Amino acid sequence: MSSSHEGRFVTIYFNDEAFKVPEGLTVMKALEYAGIRFTHGSGCRGGFCGACPILYRLPGDYKFRVGLACQTAVVDNMRISLIPYVPVVPPKIKRSDVKPSPGYVIALFPELTRCVSCNACSKACPQGLSPMDAVQAILRGDLIKAATLTFDCISCGLCSLRCPAEIRHYLVFRVVGRIVGLFYTPKVKTIEHRIKEIKEGKYSKALETLASMKPDELRKIYDSYLKSGRLPEFLEVK
Amino acid sequence: MSGYPPELRKLIKRVEETRRDRIKAPPPRRLTLDERDSLVKAWHPDYKPELKRPLRMGPCKGMVVYSAIADLLESWPLVMPNALDLSRIDYDVDVLIIGSGGAGLAAAWWAVESGVAPDRILVATKLRIGDSNTIKYQSGTQAATASDDSPLIHFLDTMAGAHFTNNPRLVKVLVEEAPMIIKWLEELGVRWDRAGDDYVRVAGGGATKNRLHCCGDYTGLEVMRVLKDEVYSLGVQFLEFHPAIELLTDPENGGVSGAILYNLDTREYKIVRSKVTILATGGIGRLHIAEFPTTNHYGATGDGLVLAYRVGAGLVDLDTLQYHPTGVAWPEAILGELIPEKTRSLGAQLLNIFGNRFIYELEPRDVVASAEIRECAEGRGIITPTGMCGVWLDTPLIEELRGPGTIKRELPALYRMFLRHGIDITVEPILTYPTLHYQNGGVLIDEWTHVLRPTGEPIMGLLAAGEVTGGIHGKNRLAGNSTADIFVFGRRAGIAAAELVKKTVEPPRISLNHLKPIIEELSKLEVPISRRAPILLPDYRGKAVLTRIININL
Repeated sequence: MSSSHEGRFVTIYFNDEAFKVPEGLTVMKALEYAGIRFTHGSGCRGGFCGACPILYRLPGDYKFRVGLACQTAVVDNMRISLIPYVPVVPPKIKRSDVKPSPGYVIALFPELTRCVSCNACSKACPQGLSPMDAVQAILRGDLIKAATLTFDCISCGLCSLRCPAEIRHYLVFRVVGRIVGLFYTPKVKTIEHRIKEIKEGKYSKALETLASMKPDELRKIYDSYLKSGRLPEFLEVK
Repeated sequence: MSGYPPELRKLIKRVEETRRDRIKAPPPRRLTLDERDSLVKAWHPDYKPELKRPLRMGPCKGMVVYSAIADLLESWPLVMPNALDLSRIDYDVDVLIIGSGGAGLAAAWWAVESGVAPDRILVATKLRIGDSNTIKYQSGTQAATASDDSPLIHFLDTMAGAHFTNNPRLVKVLVEEAPMIIKWLEELGVRWDRAGDDYVRVAGGGATKNRLHCCGDYTGLEVMRVLKDEVYSLGVQFLEFHPAIELLTDPENGGVSGAILYNLDTREYKIVRSKVTILATGGIGRLHIAEFPTTNHYGATGDGLVLAYRVGAGLVDLDTLQYHPTGVAWPEAILGELIPEKTRSLGAQLLNIFGNRFIYELEPRDVVASAEIRECAEGRGIITPTGMCGVWLDTPLIEELRGPGTIKRELPALYRMFLRHGIDITVEPILTYPTLHYQNGGVLIDEWTHVLRPTGEPIMGLLAAGEVTGGIHGKNRLAGNSTADIFVFGRRAGIAAAELVKKTVEPPRISLNHLKPIIEELSKLEVPISRRAPILLPDYRGKAVLTRIININL
């Protein structure tokens, strides 16, 4: 990877130890540059998996800031804690028991009713979501709104760490999302039809023919299909 | 927060100046198959002989593969056959699944569905459950579910995208079962994007019909949330931070009978005996072949390839890799990360330094990547502040074509990723360059995922599904076919495993006997003892630190 580190350096503090690292790196890459080899706390490295939440403070700023180690650029004199694991245990869900009611969700996660709307969760979300609004939506009975608000949740768990009510937010949202998928998403007719066709073997003869053809023959068929937009007659299925 | 430096802002002006004319102009025409061929042959890394070499040992001796892959396959094991105590079995199970991405979790689900007791299944994984490339997938899953589409067209697009190098038997399975997979995931609770009471189907490179089923640009996140919840709830056993470091074999018949796992925290080894082992270890991006950055997750080090090769597996198409046309070229912090295909599907154009288009953006991936490499090699690229080369991807055009707000709605993950580094992609274009994305080839399998020797004979007790396998995508994969692959063939692996469990009466015997001839061969070839595999994790520590490291057992 041809990029070089000829630019400026900054100092970061990890476990209260100072490291000089190149400016412009993410916290994850900067710690690696400094000599740390991750086993925990590094996953997809693209902001999707929630493996690498961090808490940090900036100089002259009392605020606890949150981010993802793989997405947050280093700042001079920042102080960093890695949070590679948040202890939340999921309930086991039996799909046939799932009910599209807020009561079902609250029975699984009784701590939801302890929400005091302090909004600490929303301030802790590295995705900029509003878990508090989603929790309140569930308590008001609006599961669809809760699912929509939290679709982009990456399950990092930072909100749960900050929550005085000890809510297991990402597990709650996972269940609510599934409920909306199972009960409130319109069924699609075309796919039922297509699966029926395939099961009845409508395409199997033509596919069998194609699968036994030589590359040159397939190439000719595809070339003419690209030009005409139509498959040759012998491949027509009824 | 940085954003673009002044010299790049100047160049962005040119992109803005040509935007209006580009909206009006007709799109560049699609290339003919001959034109596609000559473009990739001239510029694609797959056609650089200096990056490859023939294998010097093992079942595929003589086969030409990427040199980095050859080095991986011709490595010393991490453990010697006589160094471990195999008499104490830590986990005695029916099915061992190595890897917990889409293929591994689909296999677990379908094994349970097909009659294997959940507590007789062990999913062992290197990082956390679900840490995989699947969770990152954005652009969707291909399935011919539309009434104007058909599995036949899906078949032809897939074959043509790979220059007709795929195994057509496997492609037939892929296209016939992909629609069923969309429905299966939906029945577990996955929320595919809808327009009214039909799916939204997005265009993908090399596909002549809109066939990608998405969940915003967090498709993999949504699918994995549901699958993790479901498989966990079924009561399947999970073991996290336990990569497999070697397979175990039956000393009688050479069939696979389990694996040795390694606890990354305590550094203990664990012995697993299993009637069936499913390799679902994913790909190889973290080896940074040909010095490319990668889109892959942290654990993508090709472990399954070397484990399977040591027990005799055949390989196919490892002379090719997929470089995704749109990786991040700058800023450095997110170098190599994926800009999903959907960005181009929505209308973003690729431009050179003059603000001119140079390729139809939805050609197959190897074709588009080749065109970008050509622009840079011939001096029409943009030099980034870190000295790399890239081309523009004109994202603000999406807002012009489809209305303000489209990017935030359709590409929230991408929007967020750039905004974190001071770039608002609704008003500024992106610098992009190909990034190592996918292992096209891999372990040889049949239609029911049995791992085959080069002779076509199956290796007893070993199945494989997903990116570790080869044949389905030939020498170049189309967008959205990898995730159709992991679920179609992950499902088949689960069903096939259940069949094999029913047939296996006696628990198998375990040994590391298969390593003995390999060790002899490695000494004969004088392979340096420092070259060991599986690699498990990439090493990104800084050079200054590495030169001063000593290992002391505390």
